Amino acid sequence: MQALFQEKLQVLNVGLSSFAESVARAGGTVLQVEWAPPAQGHQTVCRELAQLVNLPAIEAANRKAFDAYLTAQPILRGIGVAGKVLPKMAERMILHGGPPIAWENMCGPMQGAIIGAILYEGWAKDIPGACALASGGEILFEPCHHHAAVGPMAGVISPSMPVWMVVDAAHGNQAFSNFNEGSGRVLRFGANSPDVIDRLKWIGQVLGPTLRAGVETLGGLDLKTLMAQALHMGDEVHNRNVAASSLFLKRLIPALLRTTTPSADIAAVVDFIAGNDHFFLNLSMTACKAMLDAAHGVPGSSMVTAMARNGVEFGIRVSGAGDQWFTTRAPVVDGLFFPGYTTADAAPDLGDSAITETAGVGGFAMAASPAIVKFVGGTPQDAIDNTTAMTHITLGRNGAFTLPSMNFAGSPAGIDVRKVVDTGIQPIINTGIAHRKAGVGQIGAGITRAPLACFTQAVSALASAMRSSQ
Amino acid sequence: MARATKILRNFYRDSVSLMQLSSMFAKLPGVEQASAIMASANNISLLKEAGLLGGTIEAGANDLLIALQGQEEALDAAMAAAEAALNQNPPPVTGNGRSCGMAPRSIEMGLGDMVGANLALISTPGEYAAAEALKALSLGLNVMLFSDNVELKDEIALKRFAQARDLIVMGPDCGTAIINGIPLAFANAVRRGEIGVVAASGTGLQQVTCLIDRWGKGISQAIGTGGHDLHRDVGGISMLQGLKALAVDQSTSVIVLISKPPSPEVAGRVLEVAGGVGKPVVVNFLGADPEGIKHPNLFAAGTLEDAAAAAVALADGRRPEEGRPKRPPFAIPPKLAPGQQYLRGLYSGGTFCYEASLLLKKDLGQVYSNSPVDPGDRLGDVWTSRGHTVIDLGDNLFTRGRPHPMIDHRLRNERIFKEAGDPEVAVILLDVVLGYGSHPDPASEMVPVIQKAKDLADKAGRHLVVVGFVCGTSLDPQNLSKQEVALRDAGVILAESNAQAVRLAATVVLAAAGVGKMP
Repeated sequence: MQALFQEKLQVLNVGLSSFAESVARAGGTVLQVEWAPPAQGHQTVCRELAQLVNLPAIEAANRKAFDAYLTAQPILRGIGVAGKVLPKMAERMILHGGPPIAWENMCGPMQGAIIGAILYEGWAKDIPGACALASGGEILFEPCHHHAAVGPMAGVISPSMPVWMVVDAAHGNQAFSNFNEGSGRVLRFGANSPDVIDRLKWIGQVLGPTLRAGVETLGGLDLKTLMAQALHMGDEVHNRNVAASSLFLKRLIPALLRTTTPSADIAAVVDFIAGNDHFFLNLSMTACKAMLDAAHGVPGSSMVTAMARNGVEFGIRVSGAGDQWFTTRAPVVDGLFFPGYTTADAAPDLGDSAITETAGVGGFAMAASPAIVKFVGGTPQDAIDNTTAMTHITLGRNGAFTLPSMNFAGSPAGIDVRKVVDTGIQPIINTGIAHRKAGVGQIGAGITRAPLACFTQAVSALASAMRSSQ
Repeated sequence: MARATKILRNFYRDSVSLMQLSSMFAKLPGVEQASAIMASANNISLLKEAGLLGGTIEAGANDLLIALQGQEEALDAAMAAAEAALNQNPPPVTGNGRSCGMAPRSIEMGLGDMVGANLALISTPGEYAAAEALKALSLGLNVMLFSDNVELKDEIALKRFAQARDLIVMGPDCGTAIINGIPLAFANAVRRGEIGVVAASGTGLQQVTCLIDRWGKGISQAIGTGGHDLHRDVGGISMLQGLKALAVDQSTSVIVLISKPPSPEVAGRVLEVAGGVGKPVVVNFLGADPEGIKHPNLFAAGTLEDAAAAAVALADGRRPEEGRPKRPPFAIPPKLAPGQQYLRGLYSGGTFCYEASLLLKKDLGQVYSNSPVDPGDRLGDVWTSRGHTVIDLGDNLFTRGRPHPMIDHRLRNERIFKEAGDPEVAVILLDVVLGYGSHPDPASEMVPVIQKAKDLADKAGRHLVVVGFVCGTSLDPQNLSKQEVALRDAGVILAESNAQAVRLAATVVLAAAGVGKMP
């Protein structure tokens, strides 16, 4: 403490703000911490958190995990069929968005999408048959995240669906996603009528093979660079993908024209992509998944590697906590609703797309995308404030994703569960809002926040892991 | 009488801010009683006891609860006004070094804005304090832990953790410190100088530093350790750290150690180290036998005042016994009525109360207290005095759900008036503590009730003697001389220190009994 006498006293005041006023009045240097009980006031978690703050083992693990995330190079390598390219995909298995959930507990849109997938696969002739099959226990339901995959909203992937195949060239891990079907009556919002199934079949028979030929001709596509470019063009590559979709199409068309694909198919594919501003979303998500899987599984790391929702529960996964999910009830998103809809119509938060925020884009890169804040009636300054707030709960910045409006600072990335619990600042997520009934579709969009309870559970789990490793 | 409640979710405010808001709400039109609190289980039960809350409340420690009681037709408007006041009143952000954007929400986040921070001053509710202190230490900060109700095992763990990293934990329950000339928490504005203090007693530290200032010397550092530091199981870790730091500090030439009754073995260990620091060390361990202090570098002081006087003398190169403060003249002859025979001490400072008990025991025999020197002298009902009584109104028994008596004078004022009505009471003894954190103008709170109390006694044909002292300095926000003038004008006989005030009060009692003579 003798060193203190030689320095200028600089006080961080935690608690009674009158003490900070006194120090300032006496000519001292002081900063008031706007303290509130962390971890929603759970004293045990507060103590566990304190034991993890600045713990050398965790700091080292986080450097390792964050470095793996930063150095990841997600490359679009091709298009495959889920049942053939997903290593652990079983014959009668359907993957879904968010943390694990049993059929009977699923929300309306997810059940609708699964029924659609059963019809698509031809495992049942009609909806009642599909329901019976789904509830009969013969089909395995597993989260996309257990298969290195991600899917927006219901996130349903069945064995014969085509999937994007992305590889992280730096670490060799693969990531997968389904294809974006456009808006309106689509499977990911639970629609399963014949037109929806027909579109899925077209995707499998025409879109998938055509894109496969195009990507082959391209020899792969560097997604990180494309996303970085899109951030400079007003996208945050979660809820706004118009620039990224355009960039993708710009790269794809010349390649497609060099393939032997019939020009009618090329025309249909180009029309389809050009008509869907969100076409790139699934690729953005796959790239994010690849980057985060590279960071997953570092013992002791408190870095979040997935945030996902299944319409009932919100869950996160943490690098140092293996396959564990930390879940709580999914919030209902408060946002702007399309005419005729209100919060009462909304399903709780749904889908794997929060993988983008986990990877430092989406809501975390909101400063790149002032147009997005219009969803909540905000201003461009709000977008910058939201991104700035995220710097306080992240391990660093991703220099590959720079933000023009913030003097080209990298976007904040690598959510640290300790910092979330300590500050109470919840990760921000830009998201679409699904109707709670199957098949109605998207009814709005807005900004939501990851619930704190997931992060407090993760802190407890890490603390007990650290205790047992000592 | 109607009641209304409102819960504001995730709306945390500190307890002092909430007390200010509560008293503001209680003044809203049509409101009889009001409270704004964080809705912890403990606080909710307090509100129920106060009759402000009927049914069950679904809320937690981070939710702010406003409860109003008053005229039914006024409550809606009052609640709206209360809410508006809360929203208008964000916690102030003081200081400098903050870059931009949001105020820090955690110690770690604060370090991002104040890279050179070297001390965390922690005053959160006790149940969260140990965790915050551990975070601060883990991040390389020294800690002053004002919070109380921290478990002894946590204190020990924190102090050992700090010691291993060459950091100090001042506290828990550390009310005051002065580091590099900056007063922290309930400290006084004293001039800087060559006397360093390490104290396991908040008001003890204030008394010694203020007297040193009054007698023309200054303070290099005043390190609080919290009252349990000399507990056997804590082992005086912080006092030893402070002592060693002052030993090598070139700005410090004299050291003062203060503690409430220490564990004898810890006291022995501390004295052994103190004897070898190569600087004179004045020791005031309340209630300890001065004969135990034999080392040539060590100087035993029987009272806080003696400790300050000895330190001042040593700093001047004199022997400590040459520094004995002069007794003030006591010229007011009290016209006591027959039957007026007892002393009632009403203290806001715990160490002052304990020191009074120690001194009075010698002069007056049995003295009852809620913190007695001998367990046999414990006051059964703390709300009712008997015989000679000295009360620490800062005791948890009195502060539950209300501010400390150094901030809020209401409870003591009520007690002053009550004692004045007792025909057997001859003298009331009071402390007045100034400094940062204390009431901005204590005399303004005390003078009216002292006048009322004296009037009450006069009308009953008695004469009430009020003796007191002001612990403060001329640089304190309340201004020592302004406070002393106001109190003297109200007829309070003022001494310079607690020890002098106690002796004066005892003299009055002894004179009344015909035992002693008025000087």
